[in-house]
Amino acid sequence: MFRYLIRRLLWAAVLFVCVTIVTYVIFYVIPATPAALVAGKTATQEDIKRAEKFLGTDKPVYVQYIRFVNRLSPIGKIEVSPGEYKGWGFKSPSLGTSFATRQQVNDVVGRAAPVTASLVFGGAVFWMLVSVPIGVFSALRPRSLLDRAAMVFVLIGISAHPVWIGLIFAYTFGYKLGLFPITGYCDFFNPSTDCGGPVDWAHHLILPWATFAVLFAAQYVRMIRANTMETLNEDYVRTARAKGAPESRVLRAHVLRNSLLIVVTMLGMDIGLALGGAIFTETVYGLPGLGKIAVESIFSFDLPITQGVVVFATFSIILFNLLVDLVYAAVDPRIRLT
Amino acid sequence: MALLEVKDLRTHFRTDDGVVKAVDGVTFSVEKGKTLGIVGESGCGKSVTCLTIMGLNNRRNTTSWGEALLKGEDLLQMRPSRLREVRGDDIAMIFQDPMTSLNPVHSIGKQLIEAVLLHRDVSKKEARERAIVSLEEVGIPRAESRVDAYPHQFSGGMRQRVMIAMAMINDPEVLIADEPTTALDVTTQAQILELMQKLQADHDTAIIAITHDLGVVAEMADEVVVMYAAKVVEEGSVNSIFNRPHHPYTWGLLGSLPRLDTDVDRLVQIPGQPPSLLNPPSGCRFHPRCSYVMDVCKTKVPELAPLTGDQGHVQACHLDEDTKDREAARLLQATMSGAA
Repeated sequence: MFRYLIRRLLWAAVLFVCVTIVTYVIFYVIPATPAALVAGKTATQEDIKRAEKFLGTDKPVYVQYIRFVNRLSPIGKIEVSPGEYKGWGFKSPSLGTSFATRQQVNDVVGRAAPVTASLVFGGAVFWMLVSVPIGVFSALRPRSLLDRAAMVFVLIGISAHPVWIGLIFAYTFGYKLGLFPITGYCDFFNPSTDCGGPVDWAHHLILPWATFAVLFAAQYVRMIRANTMETLNEDYVRTARAKGAPESRVLRAHVLRNSLLIVVTMLGMDIGLALGGAIFTETVYGLPGLGKIAVESIFSFDLPITQGVVVFATFSIILFNLLVDLVYAAVDPRIRLT
Repeated sequence: MALLEVKDLRTHFRTDDGVVKAVDGVTFSVEKGKTLGIVGESGCGKSVTCLTIMGLNNRRNTTSWGEALLKGEDLLQMRPSRLREVRGDDIAMIFQDPMTSLNPVHSIGKQLIEAVLLHRDVSKKEARERAIVSLEEVGIPRAESRVDAYPHQFSGGMRQRVMIAMAMINDPEVLIADEPTTALDVTTQAQILELMQKLQADHDTAIIAITHDLGVVAEMADEVVVMYAAKVVEEGSVNSIFNRPHHPYTWGLLGSLPRLDTDVDRLVQIPGQPPSLLNPPSGCRFHPRCSYVMDVCKTKVPELAPLTGDQGHVQACHLDEDTKDREAARLLQATMSGAA
């Protein structure tokens, strides 16, 4: 178990380095000078040079990358001003400063992450509530009316684009019926805007949740249905019936327990992935989440912000994959972490 | 009255290609403490017969007729709640593949305890005690600690022992064993058969042993039912079947049985494939593969008829008895030295 964790952490470090290097390299090959954007339209060559020096973009890409890693590491050279250091020591990890707004990237990501997390976790609850019962009932009554209706839903959910679904939902439930707000986000704790608290939070998020959940719900219905049908044909299910177990018990203890194991894996990976930013849903409903700031930062060549979102996404994927493995080992006796 | 009487059992599956008549008029009975062997090739309906008795066929596409009387009570007509009471209590079943017949995510103790609690009004602790005793009875070493182990921690033979323990835990009157040794290696097979015979002697259980292995039948059975293409073709006591086989299909089965005590260069095989039950051959269903085929075989379905001098032994073949006696004697001489 301990060795397993060590190995996983080492792999996580390798993964982290690969992903961040790729991000740097991509930014380097894009023919853009962030310094020119920062310095403004009327800037002279000297102004741009100064801005480049200030941002650190005058240095070769590997120097920039080493500086980024140094900032992020809790032990390293302590930076007093851009490019100037005084000795080594402990410091708080930093993702750097935005090129465009000079805000701390830690703060920017810290503000956006709860929005995306609200959307993703709420959405996950939404899609599980939809897909588990539908998937299981479809499997129990294949070719029934419900099963066929579910398959139509699956087809639509997988084919339709989230932006389109979002616009349809916003138009129907938000604009025509006026049931839910079409845009905006309210904090769950410590309202910073004029609305806030759990009720406003949930009210503003219902449409985004539903939109975000459609695609996943469709995939999960199909997966749960297939898994449950397969498990229903397992020999040990027949054994349970031969023992005289009532159908409800057979389903609970012998079918669902086994067929939903795979859902644990999928759910963990999907949540980890989605935490990097649910770009389409956030864009449609104007939610200030990670996906939105990532897109904005790419358009303004604001590398530190993009890199901050990438780091956060990588971190959440690694974390949730680890969680999946731990949970899986706990629920499936066949799996031991070694 | 016999303990279990099966009368004219028929089971049909509706499939996309048409109706598969998997069991088409099967009759037999089992006495208390005795063993009935059901023999036949794969797909002849022997497993389906037993699944029908247990009510384990998929209800959505299956129709069954006939009677399966357990102590006079028809299993086919039972309300589902009553059937659940009977299953696992009065009549239990073990399956062919012990690797897949136990639920991998529950400990074997949990699965055994479940079997007890479904039928007995006892505490979990008592059920656990019962599980340990029953594991000891089937020869699982260190049963007290092994009870908490999971199926993947057991070998195939040990898993089949666990399956037997689970089937026997409520002391059923009838145990159906669907090819219990097919998935096991030869040495383990012998141990499992021995174990079943010991348990049968201890508990006076009736056993229905489904198999395609005539060795198993010779070892265990008192009575034998030979099935071919969803029908019974021959039925009788084990001695009578092995000493005076009267159906060409049984001859085929006996001829393909390897023996250590005689020198046979080549095992005889039955030519051709078992017929499709979707569209079985006319007349006698064995006629396309039978080397004694006559014109009558192609049109007229032979009825089960007793042998002269042996009322308990019935067979369904149009051949005359003298020919059959002669052929049976020749076969015995060629392949076997003495009685089974």
